Amino acid sequence: MNEAAAPRAPGLWLDAARRLQSNRLALGALALLAGIALLSLAGPLASPWAFDSLDWRHLAQPPGTTAAHWFGTDRLGRDLYVRTLYGLRLSLVLSLLASAVSLAIGLAWGAVAGYAGGRTDGWMMRVVDVLYSLPYLFIVIILTTLFARGSLPVLLVALGAVGWLTTARIVRGQTLALKRREFIEAARALGVPPLSILTRHVVPNVLGPVLVYATLIVPQMILFESFLSFLGLGVQEPQASLGNLIYVGAQEMESAPWMLLAPALLLILLLLSLNLLGDGLRDAFDPRER
Amino acid sequence: MLQLALRRIAGLLVTLLAIVTLSFLIVRLAPGGPFDQEQALAAPVRANLERLYGLDRPLPLQYLSYVRGLVRGDFGPSLRQRDFTVRELIGQGLPVSVTLGLAALVVALVLGIPAGIVAARRRGRGADLGIGAAAALAIALPSFVSGPLLVLIFALHLHWLPAGGWQADAPRFLVLPVLTLALPVAASLARLMRASLLEVLAAPYVRSARARGLGEARVLWRHALRPALLPVVSYLGPAVAFVVTGSLVVESVFGLPGTGRFMVQGAIDRDYPLVMGMIVVYGALTLVCNLAADLAYGWLDPGVRHE
Repeated sequence: MNEAAAPRAPGLWLDAARRLQSNRLALGALALLAGIALLSLAGPLASPWAFDSLDWRHLAQPPGTTAAHWFGTDRLGRDLYVRTLYGLRLSLVLSLLASAVSLAIGLAWGAVAGYAGGRTDGWMMRVVDVLYSLPYLFIVIILTTLFARGSLPVLLVALGAVGWLTTARIVRGQTLALKRREFIEAARALGVPPLSILTRHVVPNVLGPVLVYATLIVPQMILFESFLSFLGLGVQEPQASLGNLIYVGAQEMESAPWMLLAPALLLILLLLSLNLLGDGLRDAFDPRER
Repeated sequence: MLQLALRRIAGLLVTLLAIVTLSFLIVRLAPGGPFDQEQALAAPVRANLERLYGLDRPLPLQYLSYVRGLVRGDFGPSLRQRDFTVRELIGQGLPVSVTLGLAALVVALVLGIPAGIVAARRRGRGADLGIGAAAALAIALPSFVSGPLLVLIFALHLHWLPAGGWQADAPRFLVLPVLTLALPVAASLARLMRASLLEVLAAPYVRSARARGLGEARVLWRHALRPALLPVVSYLGPAVAFVVTGSLVVESVFGLPGTGRFMVQGAIDRDYPLVMGMIVVYGALTLVCNLAADLAYGWLDPGVRHE
């Protein structure tokens, strides 16, 4: 209930921040995440290789045999340190954008449905229910295979299109509760048009729970993206993403396990720290759970 | 209860029709077609093929005849794997996929629920922390990572189990795929079970049961367990969806002859009936499992049962 209280919103945020600060696991995860993000941005600069440059003298070299390739090389002699970090960067950027897209759709859909109420609400949420019952990855697979394969915008739309459902439900629930509050009624009585009420009063007040959910959706998107790239439907060679690096690594793991281990470990670390941070944030915003 | 079930089944059919319509639209409105191959077909050949499969008729008519076929259980012919109907193709792979999925669900339940109970009973102690850490790791490990890692350890290094492939009646081939698929579900179940049991154990009626002098075991098994299972049961619906999509990856990692490959290959080939058939079968499967979970929930929760 108290999340919805507009006048006390700064108190809520401060409170949550304080609780998060005392959660050492979540703070550690946050630090690790910052480190990973920094590595993906600055890491490739430290190596002389580009993500697609070939080193013909060192094909499929394990790490440690040549000083120049820190994570070794792949079959084509490409530097795996640089490729892994490039893949990490691409996965991060794609999943952040896709999360933003899906949060925006969910926010708009849920707020309109909740605020409109009645039959509009019924139909809009019915659509969400139907989409929910689909094995949604199938739809993503269809979208990515049928439209230009490997095109990043299509990937973005396909990922964003499946992620908004839960957001829409959360936002609708919050909006339903908000709608009956005095300040909304006051705004209505003053003749503020519905669209302004939505953008000025409803959306800012549902942002808290939505942000908490966002920390759950980002790892989901990373997972989907790498899943699609693993199936060969996402990011295409010579571009690297964690998913297609893991795919290639899995093909070669009998003779060259390092090709699998570097991207796999990085992906696990990334997902683990995102999940831990998400758990911490949820506890911080909703202390009842503990 | 019966009325509720009937209403749910009607809703299920409507949802299924919506799924069929939506995916028909997406699949057919996408650019490209099943007969766009590397070497272009001569125009008359192509026209004949399209006439043969009825692809030259207006889209609404094709939709109607597709739905009419579905009602009779006819999924149509595969456009690319000539000589096979979609029903035959999916029928060949489905036993493998269903065995994999069911086994994974059972393993997840058998591992996850006891782990959750143990963690709740030993809250804050070593076993709880250990289970919590293992669950966090298992959830963060996507199956296309854990699968190859398990193969690396148990097949390539220890040589205990086969790295992939499939032989009927040889459970050895199923161990690693089932584990890969089951671990994240087991982890989610353990977490849910722990949280929900802790909540129930703090409830007033459990306190009064203890006050009546009941032993800890009796309190747990007779009073706390059943209500604590409710959130777990309602998670089973999403868990089925997870297993269904997860089996796609697991089948491809381990080279199992299930139905998963038809989805990706069918979509790439624009084999319309095959893709549609996969969506219908898997959509129906997910819906039915969701319904079963809902009904089980109603059976466990007296509040819903008497509604």
